[in-house]
Amino acid sequence: MKTTTRTLAVIGAVALLAAGCSGGGDGGGEGGDGAAGGTGPITIWTSNNEAELAWATAVVDAWNAEHPDEQVTAQEIPAGASSEEAITAAITAGTAPCLVYNIANAAVSGWVRQGGLVNLSEFEDGASYIEDRSGENVTSYQTDGSYYQLPWKSNPVMVMYNKTVFAAAGLDPENPGMATFDEFLEGSRQIVSSGAAASAIWPSPTSEFYQPWFDFYPLFLAETGGTMLVEDGASTFNTDEGRAVGEFWATMYSEGLSPQEASTDDAMSAGTTAMQLAGPWAIASYAESVDVGFMPVPSSSGADEVFTFADSKNISMFTSCENQATAWEFLKFTTSEENDGLLLENTGQMPIRTDLATTFSDYFAANPMYEAFASQTERVADVPSIDNSVEVWQVFRDEYSSAVIFGSESVDDFLTNAETEINGLVGE
Amino acid sequence: MTTTATRLRTPRRPWWGVQPIGTLFALPYLVFVAVVFLYPLCFAVYIAFHDYIFTAPGVTVPTPFVGFDNFVDVLTDPQVLQSFRNTGVFLVIFVPLTVVLSLVLATALNAGIRFASAFRVAFYVPYLTASVSLVGVWMLLFAQNGLINTILGPLAPSPSWLINSGLAMPTIALYVTWKQLGFYILLYLAALQNIPKELYESAETDGANGRQRFLNVTVPGVRSTTTLVLILAIILGANLFTEPYLLTNGGGPDGASATPVLLIYQQGIQQQNPDTASAIGMILVIVVGLLSLVASRLNRET
Repeated sequence: MKTTTRTLAVIGAVALLAAGCSGGGDGGGEGGDGAAGGTGPITIWTSNNEAELAWATAVVDAWNAEHPDEQVTAQEIPAGASSEEAITAAITAGTAPCLVYNIANAAVSGWVRQGGLVNLSEFEDGASYIEDRSGENVTSYQTDGSYYQLPWKSNPVMVMYNKTVFAAAGLDPENPGMATFDEFLEGSRQIVSSGAAASAIWPSPTSEFYQPWFDFYPLFLAETGGTMLVEDGASTFNTDEGRAVGEFWATMYSEGLSPQEASTDDAMSAGTTAMQLAGPWAIASYAESVDVGFMPVPSSSGADEVFTFADSKNISMFTSCENQATAWEFLKFTTSEENDGLLLENTGQMPIRTDLATTFSDYFAANPMYEAFASQTERVADVPSIDNSVEVWQVFRDEYSSAVIFGSESVDDFLTNAETEINGLVGE
Repeated sequence: MTTTATRLRTPRRPWWGVQPIGTLFALPYLVFVAVVFLYPLCFAVYIAFHDYIFTAPGVTVPTPFVGFDNFVDVLTDPQVLQSFRNTGVFLVIFVPLTVVLSLVLATALNAGIRFASAFRVAFYVPYLTASVSLVGVWMLLFAQNGLINTILGPLAPSPSWLINSGLAMPTIALYVTWKQLGFYILLYLAALQNIPKELYESAETDGANGRQRFLNVTVPGVRSTTTLVLILAIILGANLFTEPYLLTNGGGPDGASATPVLLIYQQGIQQQNPDTASAIGMILVIVVGLLSLVASRLNRET
């Protein structure tokens, strides 16, 4: 019996090794990144955020009522550690939907490399539609000179604070005066030493590649007037501005004003911290639990009109989509002025439109808290559209964690090491 | 004796074996192993030797053969080397602790102590519970202002457990030992049933005390189970992912609890570099294989 099993195992192993090792390439089939035609039913994926789901249901119903032969089915992005992982797997398996309404810029270059995204610039009115809606400066969202995503909505990052905690700490909740790094540090010390909250601000200290977007990066953009992490094929942060931001956060951590541990619950709701960096989505999220106020992110000069991180979520079309003509029309329908207005009303997130404040002036008049974010959308930058984007941000995060959060190397070492490694990666 | 019998029978045995029905019954599992383990393993070997990315169906990108380049990249990456060192720290704590504790506790449970069933359930519950939920409890316990530090007062380590580069991995090892103990106790309990009572009786007659009976009857009696426990513990420890991902927030602090599998996840899934991720995987397979072999040899009956 032992020998039989061994024989069979060997036969099976050899057969599978042969099949497996020769199957390293990809199978046949149609593909490519051409913007082909084709009309008919399509499927789209949206974020699982309740407010966005309500918006998606409304626009899909409106479209379906008018297009009986081009019905759209909306689904939530399948559960995964992150939507990017679910989408990457779907591209590889060929099961991606026609459109996904939750694309982070950092993931786009990798998906283009995979051959998973449709080049929207190849539609006759592709580039012109995108630029007419969002302005000429959205070219930063291009990959290899083409649009593989439609810049859809942004969530400009500002400092959200708990007014009750500020008042308890003796800070003016309506005008905290924490615009400069020094003022911010002073205010933070006051919050902690007064016992108003155990920590001043609690950015997530975890090591995911995207965490810099909610601690270092918004302040770096403010400090530099919107210089992205990598520009013209080289990193930009090993400068006095980058050092100032790095030293600022290092002080926050070393003085215990920001905890080195992740929070086990929502620190803002629990009152264990006084501030968070957040976008307009937070207004509705904390409406019932915390009396929140917002101020621009700090900078060394304390300027009023500073840049910040856009935290945009965009829309991409996938090469596995058969009815790309329908998908393109639906994409334009959902980003029309009317449906952008509906998005703003439903979610409080800012459509990336040149005329945002004037087009929806009634909304902002009725919802003054969102007005600051609308004004902030004029001064935002996103992550750079570069190859190896996720790897670049992971390297940055690892070096930052080491120096700034845990203090095991100097801020200068962090900037120099990260610069060397990142320049190597973007030059590949 | 078995060897001689096999040698004598082998030439007359047909290629489908002397028990074709038995082979047929074994076949589904063989196919399962081939499809679920062998094919991916073989594919991973292919990926590790090529400049490879996963593409959409029908999209062809060049995936040139790169020899050992991916292995060189991986073995010169300080993060990867640190992750293997971290795994070493984990195994040094986890494996002996698991073997000793599970054998001692299983012996105690087998000796008919009071409330044995209650203890048995208590040891087994963490094993049955999802790691994600237990990690939440441990984070609360071991946080800076958590229960453990409150009890320890001035003796609490600084920086705290999970953000202390010297304590993060040992804390994880402690957690995994506690979580998995129930399973290993169960293995030992089964093994203890097979030790003939006569051996204990004759040892007792010879004047052996409790400790001597444990060392000279119990320990040798469960030797094959100890080998199994050792190998399973090594494999489990080398594949550590959930705990550093959740308990220490992605291998923190500063990579002190990063593991090879965590890096495989980062490089293969998040950064879309399946080639270097596969190279790490290959090295891990070889290291685990060697460690298991050593464990098995060291524990062999002489």
